Amino acid sequence: MLRISIDRADELFAAIAAQQTLYLPADREDGQAEYKKWEEGVKLSGRLNTVRSAKDFFFPQTENLAEFKMEGKKIEVIDVRRESEDFVIFGVRACDARSFGILDKVYLVDPVDTFYQTRREHGTVVTMACTRPAETCFCQTFGIDPTEPEGDVSCWSDGSFYYFKANTDKGQKLLNSLSSLLEDGDTATLDETKAKTKEILAKLPLAKLSTENFGCDKLNEYFSSAKWAELSESCLGCGTCTFVCPTCQCYDIRDFDTGHGIKRFRCWDSCMYSDFTKMAHGNPRLTQLERFRQRFMHKLVYFPANNNGEFGCVGCGRCLSKCPISMNIVKVMKALEEK
Amino acid sequence: MNKDTLIPYIGVVTDIRQDTPDVKTFRVVSPEGGKVFEHMPGQCAMLSIPGVGEGMFSITSSPTNKEYMEFSIKKCGCLTTWLHAMDVGQQITIRGPYGNHFPVETDLKGKDLLFIAGGIGLAPLRSVINYVRDKRENYGDIQIVYGSRSKDDLVDYQEIIDEWMKDDGIQVNLTIDNPQEGWDGHVGFVPNYVKELNPSLSKTVLICGPPIMIKFTLAGLKELGFTETQVYTTMELRMKCAVGKCGRCNIGNKYVCKDGPVFRFDQLGELPDEY
Repeated sequence: MLRISIDRADELFAAIAAQQTLYLPADREDGQAEYKKWEEGVKLSGRLNTVRSAKDFFFPQTENLAEFKMEGKKIEVIDVRRESEDFVIFGVRACDARSFGILDKVYLVDPVDTFYQTRREHGTVVTMACTRPAETCFCQTFGIDPTEPEGDVSCWSDGSFYYFKANTDKGQKLLNSLSSLLEDGDTATLDETKAKTKEILAKLPLAKLSTENFGCDKLNEYFSSAKWAELSESCLGCGTCTFVCPTCQCYDIRDFDTGHGIKRFRCWDSCMYSDFTKMAHGNPRLTQLERFRQRFMHKLVYFPANNNGEFGCVGCGRCLSKCPISMNIVKVMKALEEK
Repeated sequence: MNKDTLIPYIGVVTDIRQDTPDVKTFRVVSPEGGKVFEHMPGQCAMLSIPGVGEGMFSITSSPTNKEYMEFSIKKCGCLTTWLHAMDVGQQITIRGPYGNHFPVETDLKGKDLLFIAGGIGLAPLRSVINYVRDKRENYGDIQIVYGSRSKDDLVDYQEIIDEWMKDDGIQVNLTIDNPQEGWDGHVGFVPNYVKELNPSLSKTVLICGPPIMIKFTLAGLKELGFTETQVYTTMELRMKCAVGKCGRCNIGNKYVCKDGPVFRFDQLGELPDEY
């Protein structure tokens, strides 16, 4: 398998960055990881995952959709889309890599979201296999193997080398461009690393969490469950879960008057917010119970109902570690399953 | 790059009709003249004034009208207040058509039709009514039951008395909530009036109005022997994208913007009661 010594990581990153913009997880001053543009001196984070998911690369938190010039009774619409540049995201974990497939099922179905599509076409995803999954991880629940991540290029580390395998034409093209740096090598120690990781995975506290009791046939049973009242009682409606979630894709569209024109932008929104469904004549989701229920029903029942049983969660565990009241999708699943 | 559906076209408002104290009907054409796009009865469009907001409105004109589109809009929020303050000649932005439509060329063809509307609920049905009037030979008997708070709140009143009531084979039954000077027609709520009229069970029903009216009318229809499979309605929830992606107009796993707005009541019955 193609590999490069980890000692030569800077050479590898420099070679990629010479062709395309390269982003990778790097440690912030507070010790948490976030995606940064690589430049000399930026080191790949050793942490399990980034605080925010990688969805920003394809579905940014805010973006301009159009501009309008207003003059008297006349309006001019200006298309602000620009052909974006090629870029590489290095070190995406298996959970986040799967989330792109889920976002695709929303944004690439007819009518295609061209803003998202352009970025997807220009981005090459290099994943990184996990070696030290955490207690909050449950990607296995959704059929994800973190030792065999998807992506345009899959990458593994055994502590001494990075190993690479291309899964798509785009990925192959990237590896071809790095051929002078990569050498063929055996994978004996990598296989050991994978085996060790699998042992850890089997012992994770959420290893047994199953989706067998979820899906489209549970729609009315779970919607009318008495459990929602208790589960949602403490929810602050802060939307943190939505913002750190790699699969949450709801958005708002708003206009902003710049003083010399109107910018129409979209930004992430949350079904946890009280004004999300509020209309001039009322709100179908009046209390936090309905809003809380919507978020989990969407991931566990509605999304699978519309997508051949695929769930709208990848088990990254961010909501488990970030929710200020320690509520999360795992607790919701367990509560709903109890008879 | 292809045009993205979120990027709107320009429409010009060429006529504004004050229908009721809080409902105006706007005629919209493209700057070059003619319709901005084609649609089917029951479909909607996103109208916007940049800087104010964008909202989904049903297209009230019939697709058989080849010159322009019309929108009947009730003044009730920021955007609609702005729209009501417009003068003729104002440009707006428009995108669409969005959503499904009443099955005028399939399930409704050859059927006796009963339209039941309350208040501004006539707006989406007017598109169907004028469509079937223009293709009269394709449909059976037509009955229209329309009610409002008062005589002054009947949308399209002039078209109703000048055109619909004069058509052969169309029965129009109007009602207002309370007695009013100058009104010698029926007085009472729509649900009760429908029961009094005791329509034939052969009819396929299209209903739109305030939720409370729909609820009681549907219950009344069922008492008369109608089944949910012969009653259609059209829904409205908050929307931003209009293409099933922004995530807010869903009822269960169905998006009103994309899978609706037209639903048959048996289909609606399978969805959670959250609308």
